[in-house]
Amino acid sequence: MEMLEKTRIALAGLFPEPVPPATLEGEGGQDAPPREAGALVTDPVKHGSHLDVLCRPDQVVAVARIMDSEGYFLEAISGVDWLDKQQFEVIYDYNRLDGEHCRVMVRTSVPRDEPVVPTVTGVFPAADWHERETFDFYGIQFQDHPNLIRILLPEDADFYPLRKDYMP
Amino acid sequence: MTVPVHLRHDETFVLNLGPQHPATHGVLRVKLTMDGEYIVKAEPVLGYIHRMHEKLAEGGTFAQFMPNTARMDYLHALAFNHGWALVVEKAAGIEVPERAEYIRVITVELNRIASHLLWWAAFLLDLGGFTPLLYAFDDREKIIDLLERVTGSRLTYCYMRFGGVYNDIDDEFIAGTRDFIKRLRGRMPRLYHDLVTHNIILIKRIKDIGFISAEQCRRYGATGPVARGSGISYDIRKNEPYSVYPEFDFDIPVFAEGDSMARYMVRMHEMEQSMRIIEQALDKLPGGPVMGKAPKVLKPGAGYYYSAVETARGSLGHRLVCNGDKNPYKLKLRSPTFSNLSLFGEVAEGMLLADALAFMGSLDLVIPEIDR
Repeated sequence: MEMLEKTRIALAGLFPEPVPPATLEGEGGQDAPPREAGALVTDPVKHGSHLDVLCRPDQVVAVARIMDSEGYFLEAISGVDWLDKQQFEVIYDYNRLDGEHCRVMVRTSVPRDEPVVPTVTGVFPAADWHERETFDFYGIQFQDHPNLIRILLPEDADFYPLRKDYMP
Repeated sequence: MTVPVHLRHDETFVLNLGPQHPATHGVLRVKLTMDGEYIVKAEPVLGYIHRMHEKLAEGGTFAQFMPNTARMDYLHALAFNHGWALVVEKAAGIEVPERAEYIRVITVELNRIASHLLWWAAFLLDLGGFTPLLYAFDDREKIIDLLERVTGSRLTYCYMRFGGVYNDIDDEFIAGTRDFIKRLRGRMPRLYHDLVTHNIILIKRIKDIGFISAEQCRRYGATGPVARGSGISYDIRKNEPYSVYPEFDFDIPVFAEGDSMARYMVRMHEMEQSMRIIEQALDKLPGGPVMGKAPKVLKPGAGYYYSAVETARGSLGHRLVCNGDKNPYKLKLRSPTFSNLSLFGEVAEGMLLADALAFMGSLDLVIPEIDR
């Protein structure tokens, strides 16, 4: 739990307002109240991650820098299409290679009609391929990515297959 | 009439390695910018066997995705079965009987040995040694036969169920597994180590080739034998224990050299550790059912779930997002070699082409798992 506290304190600088108590259950459902930005401790047995961080898109790089200096590695980047909220969500999973196990999930949301998120390739080179994949499947633009081209789909594809309104 | 080509020293050319090159084991293409025999820039091009499993997952129920999991990493398919079963059990809160947990561990570890044996065979074939392939396939065949007996298939298993496994193991399987362990232990020192590991040709080909630092592993998110060959003691079975792994006494082989030889040694030692786990699991095997109570229609609560398992190639993660419906709202598969391969470009820079192929072999790539 030491690592968890350390990470929470390191991230606290980004989120000045105290986080209102909320549970993860029901999150993402249609009638769930929107959560404020901030870090929330979650049950790893139930959810697999120790910390759930919700941030603004412009804080993604700052969070990545903190995670880098705390010795985390970037495990994966995934996109989620919330069609009813007209939003794309980008999930960054951070984990540790050494010492105490602690997984941190960082989430950010962007409007569906203007999906732009700054790239974290400058902090973690691992993000390069994961961001390209998210771009490939959802059309999310990672600003300042050095090589944002399709990675798994054919280079001339003109569709984003994991968007919920995609019809083959 | 052929005209000899004279390259200026600062002149480079582009060489396509793959997608139909035998050393890429499938359909990986690497765009190489070469200066003579030396690599200036290496750029893997992926997607030649992309099947969009993540979309297929969204289209069906949780159970319907189980057969797909085996078709990603076809060499360690049971670990992919296990990973998917674990994340769904976590989300839906399904209990697994103890006997089923033991059987899962036994079959997954057997499959891990089979995967390492095939890697060993193919790696040495890349380096020009044909005979080891015959030894390894001889041993691997025994495992495949054993697994066929309980799972019903030879490679693309669909053995795990939410809440247990599909079939119980019998006495013949247990006896066969014990015989196999005895046999592999007997063959290991002479056929594997004397013939190959201590062979001067192998040592010259892979020692001090393809150095990966621990920091590089962290920056690129490399896991599995690649990280353990760079001195990082990271194994999900120990770091983030799942199933009944905490009940067994086994070591995580770690080699600090960071070269291809270190990764080779990690895998060779892991086979012995897997055999230790299997033996203990067979000794302690509890009785009881192999299937727990699971609802016919699964509707996990809305939320975000993550679960990781250790496959033969590294950490496999499932990021599952549910909205309370009977099919996954979103599934991201974090496949280990996708991240492991992403450091290839940086490491291969300045390498001889022949060395880069030896290095690529030491990463243990399975392309369908990278492309998904």
